[in-house]
Amino acid sequence: MTTKLLTALLLGTSILGTTGMALAEDVTLNIESWRGDDLTIWKDKLIPAFEAKNPGIKVVFAPSAPTEYDAALGAKLAAGSAGDLITCRPFDKSLELFKKGNLADLSSLPGMENFSPVAKSAWQTDDGKSSFCVPMASVIHGFIYNKDAFDKLGLKVPTTRDEFFAVLDKIKADGTYIPMAMGTKDLWEAATMGYQNIGPNYWKGEDGRAALIKGEQKLTDKDWVAPYEELAKWKPYLGDGFEAQTYPDSQNLFTLGRAAIYPAGSWEIGLFNTQAQFKMGAFPPPVEKAGDTCYISDHTDIGMGLNAASKHAEEAKKFLSWVASPDFATIYANALPGFFSLNSSPVKMEDPLAQEFVSWRGKCKSTIRSTYQILSRGTPNLENETWVESANVINGTDTPEAAAKKLQTGLDSWYKPAK
Amino acid sequence: MATELMAAETRAKRPIRWHVGVFLAPAVLVYTAFMILPLFGTLQLSLFRNIEQSQVFVGLGNFRTLFGDPNWSVNFWNALRNNVWFFIIHMLVQNPIGVLLAALLSSPRLRFAAFYRTAIFVPTILSFVIVGFAWKLILSPLWGVAPHLLDFVGLKSLFTPWLGKEQYALTALSLVSVWQFVGIPMMLIYAALLSIPDEVIEAAECDGVTGMAQFWKIKLPLILPSIGIISILTFVGNFNAFDLIYTAQGALAGPNYSTDILGTFLYRAFFGFQLQVGDPNMGAAIATIMFLIILAGVCVYLFLVQTRLRRYQF
Repeated sequence: MTTKLLTALLLGTSILGTTGMALAEDVTLNIESWRGDDLTIWKDKLIPAFEAKNPGIKVVFAPSAPTEYDAALGAKLAAGSAGDLITCRPFDKSLELFKKGNLADLSSLPGMENFSPVAKSAWQTDDGKSSFCVPMASVIHGFIYNKDAFDKLGLKVPTTRDEFFAVLDKIKADGTYIPMAMGTKDLWEAATMGYQNIGPNYWKGEDGRAALIKGEQKLTDKDWVAPYEELAKWKPYLGDGFEAQTYPDSQNLFTLGRAAIYPAGSWEIGLFNTQAQFKMGAFPPPVEKAGDTCYISDHTDIGMGLNAASKHAEEAKKFLSWVASPDFATIYANALPGFFSLNSSPVKMEDPLAQEFVSWRGKCKSTIRSTYQILSRGTPNLENETWVESANVINGTDTPEAAAKKLQTGLDSWYKPAK
Repeated sequence: MATELMAAETRAKRPIRWHVGVFLAPAVLVYTAFMILPLFGTLQLSLFRNIEQSQVFVGLGNFRTLFGDPNWSVNFWNALRNNVWFFIIHMLVQNPIGVLLAALLSSPRLRFAAFYRTAIFVPTILSFVIVGFAWKLILSPLWGVAPHLLDFVGLKSLFTPWLGKEQYALTALSLVSVWQFVGIPMMLIYAALLSIPDEVIEAAECDGVTGMAQFWKIKLPLILPSIGIISILTFVGNFNAFDLIYTAQGALAGPNYSTDILGTFLYRAFFGFQLQVGDPNMGAAIATIMFLIILAGVCVYLFLVQTRLRRYQF
């Protein structure tokens, strides 16, 4: 399979090369990426769509393995052999490339106005003045539930926290299903699917996140401790031996139909659609009282930037403007359900579960994970510590207050917010 | 005059033996290139710090950070404590069981000895990844065989998710490691037992020393040097351990760093993890400390223990 793909690619490049010579005007743009999984989508859908509208520009998608991407890209950029277009990791990794002068400033790129400030925040300097990557996709947190199980037990989708815990109680009392599929063994589930999932409702999304970065709020404040208090209450609803339950275990528990609710990230949609034999639905993190403003974690995950040393900067900018357009967003979001376009213009998607997730953007306010921007640059690393402490809180080995205090002490030891 | 003559004579008698150097060269060159140079490279790296994209000499600054800054020192002492416990379990469980198995295997009345020997040694040659993954599955509360087997004998209440509990995880993993490596002490002791001459055993039997007494009074003193070697191998292996913890618990060595040993601590510092950016200089400082700990342990053994061990010439 791989060799076939490789031959096809080689053949493709050789043909592209010869036609390039024949026309003598064609420009070839190379895309660096770690998303090898998306190769066919780029080759069959995205690139032909762009090339049809832009004669004279050829695009080649050349991914490398995810684990090698950062190192390989660094070496290629240093040697001057990197592609014209560079797929951007969020936050500090790309910011470092921009500071070294490897990525070009794209603040004035036509099409950037299609994105909200939150969407652009992952690829901006700390002061927000220059943007250097076009946001491509984000992932949204929420809860996926087993619709068949809910119907069988006569349960209604919860919108408030009280309803949420009432539903969990009913599932537990019935005993057929494990109320919630989540483990603490791999630590990040507790932090990412737990704390960062339900947290924004407490700290009011972007308001709280910005205040934390400015130093106006502390992790020991009520709004930041309360999500831990809720997490601590999850413990009785998790499966037997959840302390040693890994992330794949949780996925399997849910897709095998043994658990009713799965604290999720939208990236699961593709896998769950192929594995689960039952109907699924999704609901956003429940709010305190009916009618409260809801906040969701709509985390920026992937973007695309311009190699500052590219010989074809004009053509590459044309391509990036297209990446920023609704056309690209529609094709991309439909090919990869669960990776949502960050474009402000609404995208029509076919997958019902993905539609459900993305519909929350209309009624809730979006934010990103609180620990990702700026706050995870020092030692101890706030993101890693959040993993450990979230698991501790659910395991019951740390109280919510103790966990929050540890995180804040660690952050204080190196982070001095700008006054 | 006379001494000069004698010196000239010895020179003439003993030409420079080039072949010694030639034969040693491949090993020395390879060892220098792949072990000694990197070792000094690590030591050098630990004395520098990356300040604004350039390496600046900071003397022992990284070590001061490692021991003085609570953000580093708490994790370091935790890792060291865990590592010592990891070693203690190996010394208390792996080596006595290894000696016992060897003694059983060398008994002439045991049938299928070759089969047992092979079966017990096989885990040693398995990859850490396989061992870590297999035991994670065996001990899994969801699909593992451990809860079912315990249920079968009516002891289900004894089961807890060992790998997920702070108080048990490290001990559980130490025992997995013991399971994997018990073959090595067994084989070394087995070889030592086989090398005891029959005359010694026969003489003991003539003197009426048989059975258990024979093992304690005759065989054990004769295999003590081997036990010493095994202890030092275990020490070096344990303080360099990393793979099993990494495959079973991940780089954050959860829950709550309870399985964090020096190897995983070094890995996180050197290569970084998730949003944590790697710091090769601090990593090198930790690696240097690990090197010194192992060096100290080996020196204690060489100068204090080995010189006192009595050797018997047959």
